[in-house]
Amino acid sequence: MTSPFLRRFRIFIAALVFILTLLTFIDFRYLIPVKFINGVLFLQFVPSLLKFINLKTLAASGFIVVIILTLLTGRTYCSFLCPLGIGQDINSRLGGRIKRKFRRFGFKKPHTIIRYGLLAITLIVTIIWGIYMVSLLDPYSIFGRFVTYFIKPLVLLLNNFVEKILIRFNIFTLSNIRVEGFRLMTYAIPVVFLFLIGLFSLTRGRLYCNMICPVGTLLGLLSKISLLRIRFDKDKCDRCGRCSLSCKSSCIDFLSYNIDNSRCVECFNCITNCPEKALSYGFQMHQSREEETDHGKREFITGSLMLFFGISSRAKSQEKKTPLPVKHSTVKESKTFPVCPPGARSIEEFNKNCTACSLCITACPDNVLRPSVREYGIMGLMQPVMDYHKGFCSYNCNICTEICPTNALMPLVLEAKKLTQIGKVIFIKDNCIVKTEKTACGACSESCPTKAVFMVPYEGNLVIPETNQDICIGCGHCEYACPTTPYKAIYIDGNPVHQVASKPVSTESEITTPEEFPF
Amino acid sequence: MKRRDFFNKSLQAGMAAGAAVAVGGYEKLLLPSYGASKYDMVAVMGGGPESMFDLGIQELGGTGAFVGKGQKVLVKPNIGWDVIPELAANTNPMLVKRVIEHCFKAGAKEVYVLDHSIDNWLNTYKNSGIERAAKSAGAKVVPANSESYYHEIEIPAGVRLKKAKVHELLLETDVYINVPVVKDHNSTRMSCSLKNSMGLVWDRGFWHANNLHQCIADFALFEKKPLLNVIDCYNVIVKHGPRGVSKEDVVMMKSLILTTDWVAGDTAAAMMLGADPEKIDYLTIAYKMGLGNMKLDSLNIRRIKM
Repeated sequence: MTSPFLRRFRIFIAALVFILTLLTFIDFRYLIPVKFINGVLFLQFVPSLLKFINLKTLAASGFIVVIILTLLTGRTYCSFLCPLGIGQDINSRLGGRIKRKFRRFGFKKPHTIIRYGLLAITLIVTIIWGIYMVSLLDPYSIFGRFVTYFIKPLVLLLNNFVEKILIRFNIFTLSNIRVEGFRLMTYAIPVVFLFLIGLFSLTRGRLYCNMICPVGTLLGLLSKISLLRIRFDKDKCDRCGRCSLSCKSSCIDFLSYNIDNSRCVECFNCITNCPEKALSYGFQMHQSREEETDHGKREFITGSLMLFFGISSRAKSQEKKTPLPVKHSTVKESKTFPVCPPGARSIEEFNKNCTACSLCITACPDNVLRPSVREYGIMGLMQPVMDYHKGFCSYNCNICTEICPTNALMPLVLEAKKLTQIGKVIFIKDNCIVKTEKTACGACSESCPTKAVFMVPYEGNLVIPETNQDICIGCGHCEYACPTTPYKAIYIDGNPVHQVASKPVSTESEITTPEEFPF
Repeated sequence: MKRRDFFNKSLQAGMAAGAAVAVGGYEKLLLPSYGASKYDMVAVMGGGPESMFDLGIQELGGTGAFVGKGQKVLVKPNIGWDVIPELAANTNPMLVKRVIEHCFKAGAKEVYVLDHSIDNWLNTYKNSGIERAAKSAGAKVVPANSESYYHEIEIPAGVRLKKAKVHELLLETDVYINVPVVKDHNSTRMSCSLKNSMGLVWDRGFWHANNLHQCIADFALFEKKPLLNVIDCYNVIVKHGPRGVSKEDVVMMKSLILTTDWVAGDTAAAMMLGADPEKIDYLTIAYKMGLGNMKLDSLNIRRIKM
């Protein structure tokens, strides 16, 4: 096919994917149903792969679709489906506006050592230590962080601005939303990547995708044997070089009629730009480059992938060995464990599966999920942690568990979530207003959805909190509501392994329907 | 600025009146003289939330006695909790709807409904059923979840609470109708009319940390008081309040109390709840500060059983 329709088709699909993914991350009115979001993110390679390793169900087979797609059509994932890739294309166009040189790419040699090295390191680190490199380099997660950390706050500011105007006209459809940043440390990595990827894509097209991105490199290996690919018609080509200049991947060596298919992202710009229609997308008839395929490399990758699948079973066996929490009920707000979100099963399991894409952070209606700094250790940087000074976990909400694309948070139906104990309440009487000020408060017990925090008689007419850890689910509403400073009088200590809380017991009340007015 | 001056002046006047009451015992002085009704309070039992309100407000002289033509009305229910209407942690949505309908019938130009919810506001507005009910009656359901909606006011006579940030619509509306639901409260024993005001202020943590009872009473000093309190006693949380845990916490009382005196209203509501009003500190403080009457015997109460 030589039709310019190919490129337009690519742009259409890419725009659709990009806008939907973007909306998914900035949906601050919670209008998009979870099922739809799951659909939008179904084809994201790394999340789907992780989910599959965890669940081994076809519901998480998005990455298989991507692999098959790559074997058939080449790295279409990178141009059609990867939000970070599409974002780079947009940025690259911008670069061209600034300086025409930025859009004149030309053929360049591949960064073979760097890209395969990074892929190998990523696989080795993932197999031996954990998910850190994947979290760092997965394009979907990087995109998620960009939107959550940088774009969503801007959208919220815009919302607040428009809301202020609308309110003047007595229209209350929008509401003011406080724009609040995360802790400074959590910005370190997103800022570096924003700068790096921003600069690369602005001036050098898809350099990031072809040098650093492990997903790009992996799919590049597969696309070497893809069925459909771009090829030269030597008879038609008059060596004008326009294809090479327009190639964002710098992978067209027009002098030797050679296209490096491992780097080509099937953007079809070359086809559109070729005045002679010498380039076309179709079946590769002469498998001339087949001999060059490095079988050793391919086996290495296959082996690594197998190992990658292997870790999930290893991780499962370790689950039982995790120690139970040490109870130090007198420790002043010194949590022995951080609280990780419901559906995580255990901190260890969670740390292994979360790529810090931040979707749950941006989707949490209560702003209780925050990127961690040191709570999980430096390797868990940016993974979400419950911050009960910023919010609390709504009793009637399970969005994070349903939305997580990697299954680091397993879906929990609401009834199960309401009994999932992610931490336990600890009361510090010496900090409590009722004791220190001798005045009524009860903010903790008031907000407790299970009445794991309840009030018992204290001096005079006063009542003071008491706790029942068995029915506490660790939602943190008590800690959030507690007005004492600088230390809270009540807080949640995380459960390293999530437990099942007992159901609150209800008894019939002694008061009955009145027959007469009591006054 | 002008508004603040106005409030300050009004407050001073209010203080003077309050002091006079405290010294002279002219409790009746503070009771608004709205309406042609001879009753201080109307209590209805045995009907639905709507029919009880229809009857009760008629006995109080009709909604027109409180809401004038072209006025802006603030209807303040309790929408604090993300629970379904049957669990009664929020005001009955049918009652809220009926109150709004009456306001419009009386010629109100605009009716606003809001509450600074404790649970996530989007969920509480939705799951309480109040958002839908209020909108269907033509009211504007307004967010109250951000500090940007709140303006600082002063309460010079306040003992502990001398300043508070209140929702701008409390200041901008002409009429404020308080529509609380009576509930058990784990700490203050009862939540009702006076405590419902907490949903109009931003920093509730300050109240909790600085003698909650005194702050509740102090805020009742603020110039903008409800012209009418419609106390929902249809379904009542009698334990595990103010949120409640399960249906076992709720007792159907099928009652409604309408009054212009919120201290009196809360006293009656406390008795519905089976609580001793004398043991509810904010009530006794408010009474001593001259903010209303706790002596129900001295009031003219109309009791109706449907």
